[in-house]
Amino acid sequence: MIRRSTLPRRIADSLFKITSAVSSSLGLLIMIIIVSTILYYGASMLSIEFLTSPSKPYGEAGAGIANAILGTLLITFGAALIALPPAMAAGIYLAEYGRDSKLASILRFTGNVLMGIPSVVVGIFVYALVVVTFGRFSGFAGSVALAFLMFPVVMRTTEDMLRMVNDSLRESVLALGETRSRGTLKVIFRAARGGILTGVLLALARVSGETAPLLFTALFADSWPTSYFSGPTASLPVLITDYTMNSPFEAMHRAGWGAAFVIAAIILAVNLVSRYYAEKEKL
Amino acid sequence: MKLNRKYKIRTDNLSFWYGERQALFNNSLDIEANKITAIIGPSGCGKSTHLRVYNRIFELYRGQKAEGKILLDGENILDEDVDLLDLRRRIGMIFQKPTPFPMSVFDNVAYPLKLHYKLKGSELEARVEAALKGASLWDEVKDSLGKNGLALSGGQQQRLSIARAIAAEPEVLLMDEPTSAIDPIATAKIEELMDSLRERFTIVIVTHNMQQAARISDTTAFFYRGRIVEVGDTKDFFNNPKDPLTQDYLSVKFKK
Amino acid sequence: MSERVFKSLTFAAASLTVVLAASFLIVLWFSGFEAWKTFGLKFLFTDVWNPSSGEFGALGALSGTLFTSLLALLIATPLAFAAAMWASDAPKWIASPLSRAMDMLAAIPSVIFGMWGIDFICPHFGFSLFSASLILSIMILPYITAVMRDVITMTPDVLKESAYGLGATRFEVVKDVILSFGKNGLAGGIFIGLGRALGETMAVLFVAGGLNMIPSGLFDGCTTIASALANDFAEAEGLHRSVLFALGFILLMLEFAIQILAQLYLKRGKIK
Repeated sequence: MIRRSTLPRRIADSLFKITSAVSSSLGLLIMIIIVSTILYYGASMLSIEFLTSPSKPYGEAGAGIANAILGTLLITFGAALIALPPAMAAGIYLAEYGRDSKLASILRFTGNVLMGIPSVVVGIFVYALVVVTFGRFSGFAGSVALAFLMFPVVMRTTEDMLRMVNDSLRESVLALGETRSRGTLKVIFRAARGGILTGVLLALARVSGETAPLLFTALFADSWPTSYFSGPTASLPVLITDYTMNSPFEAMHRAGWGAAFVIAAIILAVNLVSRYYAEKEKL
Repeated sequence: MKLNRKYKIRTDNLSFWYGERQALFNNSLDIEANKITAIIGPSGCGKSTHLRVYNRIFELYRGQKAEGKILLDGENILDEDVDLLDLRRRIGMIFQKPTPFPMSVFDNVAYPLKLHYKLKGSELEARVEAALKGASLWDEVKDSLGKNGLALSGGQQQRLSIARAIAAEPEVLLMDEPTSAIDPIATAKIEELMDSLRERFTIVIVTHNMQQAARISDTTAFFYRGRIVEVGDTKDFFNNPKDPLTQDYLSVKFKK
Repeated sequence: MSERVFKSLTFAAASLTVVLAASFLIVLWFSGFEAWKTFGLKFLFTDVWNPSSGEFGALGALSGTLFTSLLALLIATPLAFAAAMWASDAPKWIASPLSRAMDMLAAIPSVIFGMWGIDFICPHFGFSLFSASLILSIMILPYITAVMRDVITMTPDVLKESAYGLGATRFEVVKDVILSFGKNGLAGGIFIGLGRALGETMAVLFVAGGLNMIPSGLFDGCTTIASALANDFAEAEGLHRSVLFALGFILLMLEFAIQILAQLYLKRGKIK
């Protein structure tokens, strides 16, 4: 038999290793570039006035983003109020009752598919469902849209976390004479609460940066979010969109970066904190 | 010691570390050519570790480190400039679990051939057939060479692993408890097979099964806590162990 | 609360998944019904887009969606695979900040990617299909990498060892053993990435140029279904709005199909 030289094979291998190291660093590099851009453009905008005044039409002095920050908080927490109870209940069903049954696996599968629905489609869906029905845009409609985005995510997280709870704990709770429902709520759910909380926080962070669904529902207003149920409500992502797309003014553009800084800082902070706790809990 | 023995591998002063923990202590062991050398000892004694130095497979893992000399035909394989790919062509390895790749029986056996040799289609087929015959598997798979390797039975999968390991004509075969995951009948087949492989290869087998070592090996080495306690011709070793540690170990093992 | 009530309530909540999926289909279908009625199936095969004369076809936005997403996949998949390979093999002090950075990248809102694209990508490549694909590839990179990393770590060590033991290089082990062992899971990861790219709205809206026609070159402006919805919806009335709902329906069907494929492949690859 004629032997092949190992040299070309070793060269191909080195090339492969170099390529994969370089492309891995590329992801890191892009991350660094994006974050430093946000820092560079955004941090210079920060001031007490910027953070505490509402947005104003171009040209008026003393404009800020405070109404958008508040609006984002309102819409996001509104979404949580709507989505969390049914999503957690659904997670409980899949983990405690449905388990590996055919029916549960169909529901689980559908949940996974739901997670893939583009947020823009959720936006027009809620427009047709809520905005048309009530005849007006509102912060509440925005919350409904974000709630639809959260529902499958929280359902699956709840299920996964509950399933990580040891079966022996389930058995010992039932053995104490506790009913299934109370045992689940009082003991199993409590055992898994760290993981569920992390999942919920991550889902909240994720939807708080969503823009597309709000374009069709909450819209935007240069005013404090007092008309959450009855009228357009400001939010950071839509403010950024508006200032970037529709404004020819440099000042607005820079205010957009300032808003980007705030929303990115909130989201990344929530991410870091919840992941930190998730990891600590595992140890 | 007889003087006319021919050694394939001479291990000189081998020490090994998993990170900070030392697992082998200044061991020396000579492996005779075209013989079967069995390494026995309680679990955690370093017998598998020793085997995994011979083809430097341990280097896949960070923090694992070997010191000393291992001479394969007089050449130290622990030298930096050794061509690892060629070393592993010369020294094949069989693992505890059968390891068919997720591809056809034919492709499994052809894999190392394609890596190391320039072969025409017909030559390749002949070599694959020879390797499968060498592993006593040919008759069972000759009509289903396109079948996925994973579809074979456990014993067949292990013989497929052996066929794959011998296909590229290595000089040494390392076997790390090759029968511990398969049933007794399949084990008997593989032991029979090893006996026939002895003519073409130098074999080192790690086993936890005393009877197996006694049945098939020519030389036996007993490892305990990272040190070689005793080495000897297998018959002598089992009938007349010299070290008290070996005597203890054998008496306990054989009573069970 | 009686046991049966509790169980029924949780079951009802879980059934919401199916109710939701069905109502998405129904609401979008009926909201876009006028468009389907007016243009019929021809709607799918023309790229006219003329709001003033009331002529519409889906092909412009549909082709833009497919082109940008596929090109983004083409860019991101090899990068993701390489990154996943490297991360699965690198020492912990490199791998864990790397995967943390990927998680962070995934968390950044798409509207910020869009702004960033306007300032950093469009000056080089214009408002074009290529710019959109580039931004998309960055955005889907972390998703594909995460799935691929799981797949790669699932390949049993002993299988890798036995390939190395035969004298294979790392490259050969990856190409011949890991890829074929994990091909279903890897395909699942690619579909997950594709799904995200298809539905991505804001970043594409900012950088693609917004031309509703079949793009004829890499550096031509284009639009996607998602960004056309975001851009036109506020001003659209009557038939135009119905057309947008019809586009939304097409995107939904596309996304359902991709997600179903992704789930099936991941299941076959035995990854949750």
